[in-house]
Amino acid sequence: MATLAIHNGRVIDPALGRDGIADVVIVDGRIARVGPNEGDMVVEAERIDATGLVVVPGFVDLHTHLREPGFEGKETIRTGTTAAARGGYTTVCAMANTRPPMDSRAAIESVLREAEKSGVVRVLPIGCITRGREGAELAPAGELAGAGVVALSDDGDAVSDPSLMRHALEYATRWSLPVAQHCEDPALVRDGQMHEGWVATRLGLRGRPASAEETFVARDIALAELTGGHLHICHVSTAGSVALIAAAKARGAHVTAEVTPHHLTLTHEEVGFGDDYRSIHYHTNAKVNPPLREEVDIAALRTALRSGIIDAVATDHAPHGQGDKEIEFDLAAPGLTMLETSFALCMKLVHDGDIDLPTLIERMTIGPVRAWGLDIRAGFDGLGTLAPGAPGDVAILDPNAEWTVDPAAFASKGKNTPLAGRMLRGLVVATVFGGALVHDTGRVVAL
Amino acid sequence: MTAETPTRPRNTQPAAWRHTDILDLDDFDVDEIETVLTLADRMREVLDRRIARVPALRGYTVVNLFYEPSTRTRASFELAGKVLGADVITITTATSSVVKGESLIDTVRTMRAMRADAIVMRHSMAGAAYLAAEHTDASIINAGDGSHAHPTQALLDLYTIRKRVGDLRGKRVVMVGDIAHSRVARSDMWGLTALGAEVVVCGPPTLLPRGLRPGDRPSHAESALPPVIIETEIDRAIEGADVVMALRLQSERQQGGLLPSLHEYSQFYQVTAERLKRAKPHHLLMHPGPKNEGVEIAATVASGSASIIEEQVTNGVAVRMALLYLLSGRTDLPGEETR
Repeated sequence: MATLAIHNGRVIDPALGRDGIADVVIVDGRIARVGPNEGDMVVEAERIDATGLVVVPGFVDLHTHLREPGFEGKETIRTGTTAAARGGYTTVCAMANTRPPMDSRAAIESVLREAEKSGVVRVLPIGCITRGREGAELAPAGELAGAGVVALSDDGDAVSDPSLMRHALEYATRWSLPVAQHCEDPALVRDGQMHEGWVATRLGLRGRPASAEETFVARDIALAELTGGHLHICHVSTAGSVALIAAAKARGAHVTAEVTPHHLTLTHEEVGFGDDYRSIHYHTNAKVNPPLREEVDIAALRTALRSGIIDAVATDHAPHGQGDKEIEFDLAAPGLTMLETSFALCMKLVHDGDIDLPTLIERMTIGPVRAWGLDIRAGFDGLGTLAPGAPGDVAILDPNAEWTVDPAAFASKGKNTPLAGRMLRGLVVATVFGGALVHDTGRVVAL
Repeated sequence: MTAETPTRPRNTQPAAWRHTDILDLDDFDVDEIETVLTLADRMREVLDRRIARVPALRGYTVVNLFYEPSTRTRASFELAGKVLGADVITITTATSSVVKGESLIDTVRTMRAMRADAIVMRHSMAGAAYLAAEHTDASIINAGDGSHAHPTQALLDLYTIRKRVGDLRGKRVVMVGDIAHSRVARSDMWGLTALGAEVVVCGPPTLLPRGLRPGDRPSHAESALPPVIIETEIDRAIEGADVVMALRLQSERQQGGLLPSLHEYSQFYQVTAERLKRAKPHHLLMHPGPKNEGVEIAATVASGSASIIEEQVTNGVAVRMALLYLLSGRTDLPGEETR
């Protein structure tokens, strides 16, 4: 019987409303007991001292681009899940824009097999909404559900045809699958490179207006209400979207939403400016879709995350190679590598006083689990919690430790972050997956 | 062979010059602009000589790297280099490995490895010159990057206006047309406002960029764009103008759904003699070229007495000579070459 005891940390388990000093005991890969001095009761355990640290359920990411199969130069299941472990994530939902895309049982099974073999943490596959992600015909949702997908998404592209989107939402209800939409109207963002506004004007780059997101959020909410389907809105980025989602939820629409660490903390100024407005640069590592927006949007997103209008933080971890980014801005691939900076970036909200730590942890653990109904799905008992019997997945955090972002030190192949050289406050000290240490900065002390 | 008396080398060590690349005018101080304009005057003098050739840039290599078609800017840089005795080669997309998919960075590094001292770059994408400048120690001159900037055009505009009207402070300069997609307008805004001109930009609402109105950006970022006046009605814009500049209208704007038709555009935004009556009596008329006569500018106006369009072209060579010379770091400008 393999036993791991994590002693004396501040245990925050939002699902059970727990927040206090306690020990966490994991036996044979599952949570056995949580409580003061529980660790002292067990014999023959591997022991970790978490005094002064925060112990939480492993984070759950609804939006991770692992790139395998097809783009192994950017990331693999091994490197991506290693990066996840270093970011405190023990469950990642793998986006469907691989090559081949995740639109068949065979494709899903190949990812699950590879994850079983080389994955460092749990990988839950997402299937395509449309065949080939081409936006023309429905992908076989039933077949995909049978293969084990937890949601459907054509992320990277929006399903543009409103009739097809309506039917996607309708059809997926049979398998209770959320349809996760990348809300940006392709006709309105055509050739757009960054948020439409004064920075884009300064740089001479074509803009992607906030309204391109908001019109699709509004449209798809209406379609969700028409069909009773579950609409999940990926990476919400504007204050206008927040208002639409709040109203939809108030009406009882089956709508959930996620927000990324970068949309919560960075503005469009990242793209063009360094220390002042005198000179500009074209920072392709800050190019992402939907684009980084404005201060008012950040304020609205933070408020919505606190209140629960937005259900979850999701990373949209999008690793790219140097050749995808050291290139003309118009040609550069959109996306940021995020798993390894996610917690620290989100801690800025706590340090700024915009959200308390237990609420943030909720939005990174049980929040995403409930958003996609994984808490009521067979096979996921206790995911995102420290309840007895739950998976032995734990992140051990130091909310105040400062560190400097060094992309060269990332486990992810993607070094594409605008945060290089920046000091962040909040460190994932160690990560436990299924009772085993999968990430350890050396700061936890074995007892 | 006759030998003209060589002029004694004069020290032209510029009063103020800090640039190793010319990417846009947003990072130029007034004293640097003055340096360019003063030197351009001397270059204009060289250019007007019977034999316009001095060996000031002998052994200096200029590569024109043009990813986008251009006649006038390319020719202007070629002439500027040749008048100063530099070696000038021109590469266009049709004749280079650029079309074979070689990256911009590779191309620029290859040019530098062949000892190019300055690379003049025209590209359809904003920021291309910035990318090049980051990856080479050759001097990069931005000869137009997408809708972003065209600093050498702006400097020749400043030079041309200054030569005619003197001090720009308080002068009303009106640019009419496709402001949103105009790299000339963007760079001109920086240069003109730096020299104290009152700048008015005028165009249909679909061709005005967002964020230009001071209220469109947060107060901490007020300096992030030049202070300009925005008008959508041409008569109001031209009222009291010292200088009116018509911008080229690309016919794609109609296909892009930004304009109903070129005909309607010309009805509401063409610079005509009638409309110019609202300008100051001795106003100047400019156009960065190439012109669409009958669209953004009336033919009679383009060739009228107020037009200094051809002067812009000649001054363009002089300004580009000045820029190449400043970037070369050389400090004496000899007199006429013997022949």
